[in-house]
Amino acid sequence: MKFFLLSRLILSFALAVGINGAASAQTALLNVSYDPTREFYQDFNAAFARHWKNQTGETVIIQQSHGGAGKQARAVIDGLEADVVTLALAYDIDAIAGKARLIPQDWQSRLPYNSSPYTSTIVFLVRKGNPKGIKDWDDLVKPGVSVITPNPKTSGGARWNYLAAWGYALKQYGNDEAKARDFVTRLYKNVAVLDSGARGSTTTFAERGIGDVLISWENEAFLANRELGPDRLEMVVPSLSILAEPPVTVIDKVVDRRGTRKIAEAYLRYLYSEEGQNLAGKHYYRPHDPKIMAQYAGQFPQVNLFTIDEVFGGWAKAQQIHFADNGVFDQIYQLGR
Amino acid sequence: MSAHVAARWTTQTRRFEKNAATREPAWVKAALMTVALLFFGLFLLLPLATVFAEALRKGWQVYFAALAEPDARSAMVLTLLVAAIAVPLNLIFGLAAAWAIAKFDFRGKQLLTTLIDLPFSVSPVIAGLIYVLIFGAQGWFGPWLIENDIKMIFAVPGLVLATVFVTFPFVARELIPLMQAQGREEEEAAIVLGASGWKTFWYVTLPNIKWGLIYGVVLCNARAMGEFGAVSVVSGHIRGRTNTLPLHVEILYNEYQFAAAFAVASLLALLALLTLVIKSFVEWQGRQSMHTSQNISEVIQ
Repeated sequence: MKFFLLSRLILSFALAVGINGAASAQTALLNVSYDPTREFYQDFNAAFARHWKNQTGETVIIQQSHGGAGKQARAVIDGLEADVVTLALAYDIDAIAGKARLIPQDWQSRLPYNSSPYTSTIVFLVRKGNPKGIKDWDDLVKPGVSVITPNPKTSGGARWNYLAAWGYALKQYGNDEAKARDFVTRLYKNVAVLDSGARGSTTTFAERGIGDVLISWENEAFLANRELGPDRLEMVVPSLSILAEPPVTVIDKVVDRRGTRKIAEAYLRYLYSEEGQNLAGKHYYRPHDPKIMAQYAGQFPQVNLFTIDEVFGGWAKAQQIHFADNGVFDQIYQLGR
Repeated sequence: MSAHVAARWTTQTRRFEKNAATREPAWVKAALMTVALLFFGLFLLLPLATVFAEALRKGWQVYFAALAEPDARSAMVLTLLVAAIAVPLNLIFGLAAAWAIAKFDFRGKQLLTTLIDLPFSVSPVIAGLIYVLIFGAQGWFGPWLIENDIKMIFAVPGLVLATVFVTFPFVARELIPLMQAQGREEEEAAIVLGASGWKTFWYVTLPNIKWGLIYGVVLCNARAMGEFGAVSVVSGHIRGRTNTLPLHVEILYNEYQFAAAFAVASLLALLALLTLVIKSFVEWQGRQSMHTSQNISEVIQ
């Protein structure tokens, strides 16, 4: 009997902790994001907290969660209480709209530039001196070149990587789908490790020393170069790449339940402000604001970019053809093995 | 009685060892020892040393800064909290289950024994996913939990549940064989002499299993604090809120803060070393008390 009482006591304690955790977190926002934004949002959150304090006198704490974009979207669908999500690509947020109905279907039209306050692109990172002579996408399919890229099933960055390669091949072979498919198949045959997120791939390549070339977000390549030493790594810009638009949105069901809509919306709008754009540029994301972009113009290499809408007809279509179960990626990855 | 047997056994061992015909040649001995020591050094000692070496590579200042950082501190607090809830729960369960299995006969006893081992055979990641499927927003109880504003997964209760699941067998597994070996005679005698069930447990059963119980709890605690897979699935990885120490290590590593990651990892390694010390102390104490009780029973005989 006493044991029964004791266990009841402990259980109710555990529940109380859970509920208290929710109650005391009222002025806290949770931003669920993808892998390479860690450093950027660390700075941006501090800047926004200062801005909000000056404007309203209220203190706000922004909590962060990072991981592969697909995995993070899955967690939000399963109930991770994100006030805002800042993910790698629109499709992951579409999943939150479609599967869990936490946001309206037309979420992407709520903020400027398709809800993407900054853009990026896909580049290569190679070892110092570029021992394998990698210049462009063609060099990645050569036999004996070991490629590192994350898994498109779980990582948003990986899907941009895949589509960039596909888009290049289409252009190279005059829009011949079969040849593009063969090109991408050969590329994935050269992949040594498929990590679940972009950051995992970067540490595999840079820290564990596996592979000859890393296909990476531009901002991630800059950061890895800075953090892990420019004496070890070198960035290579391909002749053609994709314009990557990582979008952001407020999660309506969560902010309405928690009463945080006003501050969550202000948070995302601040990404478009001068300070927000400036910080994005500082962390190697390409800002939209032309004035700020001009300041950082020297930092970003000139790359010919195509958009996903031009080549693939939008994310929904690309996702369905390439990344759904038994889609093109599943087929070629099986073939490649 | 048993002491005599033990004494005879030891002298026999000595004679057996002296006899060249029944002894392994020296090179076999040396080879086996070398292999064992090499394995030990390569797979246990070297990684352990690496953790501390890497942690201190940038000096003590970086080391302590990594541990004093607010996210690291909240990870420590959370890890302690989760263990403080999960370990007592499994202590109570393990005691109850071991008592039921060792001292009573009932239908389905074999099944219960098998079920207790289930968490050992299920991958921790699956264990975490089970709770997401049950308590997640799209899971069985998800809508009800949201309506009542109760957070299970991606909050402390989920972390506790996942930890309880993976540490479920430790106490029970430790106690069942011990209690079975001790038999029921002493409890039966106590009952016959008029002791209540509670008194029997407190004055007869508990003192007998004391060291086994502590041993089980120590192991249970070590696993509870070190668990990664199951906790990773239900955590949501919110810094300062649902990050336990092992998850914090991963985050730091992914942020290129290698020295800090190893500094936090060294805390977990220290915990493991402490566990080992307590474990060997408990084992030694357990043997001591076994000898005393044997001596007493000899005196009585």
